[in-house]
Amino acid sequence: MSVPLLAPGDRVLVKDDWPEFRGPAHIRTPHYLRGKPGRVVRVLGGFANPEDLAFARPAPKRVLYHVVFERPPLWHEGEAGDDVLVEIFEHWLQPVPAERQAA
Amino acid sequence: MSEIDPQHAIHDIGGLSRFRCTPVERDEAPPDGFGKRVDALRQVLAAKKLMTVDELRRCIEAIPEPEYFALTYYERWLTSIGTLMVEKGIVKAEDIA
Repeated sequence: MSVPLLAPGDRVLVKDDWPEFRGPAHIRTPHYLRGKPGRVVRVLGGFANPEDLAFARPAPKRVLYHVVFERPPLWHEGEAGDDVLVEIFEHWLQPVPAERQAA
Repeated sequence: MSEIDPQHAIHDIGGLSRFRCTPVERDEAPPDGFGKRVDALRQVLAAKKLMTVDELRRCIEAIPEPEYFALTYYERWLTSIGTLMVEKGIVKAEDIA
């Protein structure tokens, strides 16, 4: 496993990417999180990339995180403080620039 | 993203309102004879290095939604195994139709 680039507490943005619309793909990142902001809760470790495993390709380990999201903006339901905790691989996450974190 | 997007694989249905309030399936019955034969087929193909469970999962989740919900658990497996074997050129689609 490579060294995790993110740490608990880091603000992140899930990439607004849709590989499944470009061709055969196997994506574990839920569609409703693409482009959404969240916060890293913990590093779960390194796991073989399921996007490669699903096609029997060599699957290098990628860092997997628990990332938490506010629920109301995702699904337009729930109360402030409700959240959704999802396992997301590092290659789907972008750090939010420091100046935006301060806002 | 639009609510109804048929291109989402069938595992990716979190938060879609059309699946709300559907009962949780609690059918944990052991596989019947058909299910055991399908699993045996999967194990033989895996032992021969012709498929992996990760590939099995991909082709299960690629089953179009109406067909997916019309099939039983092991029928989905068998559909996926057939898709994989055709994809890999091991059998022809017409041979398993």
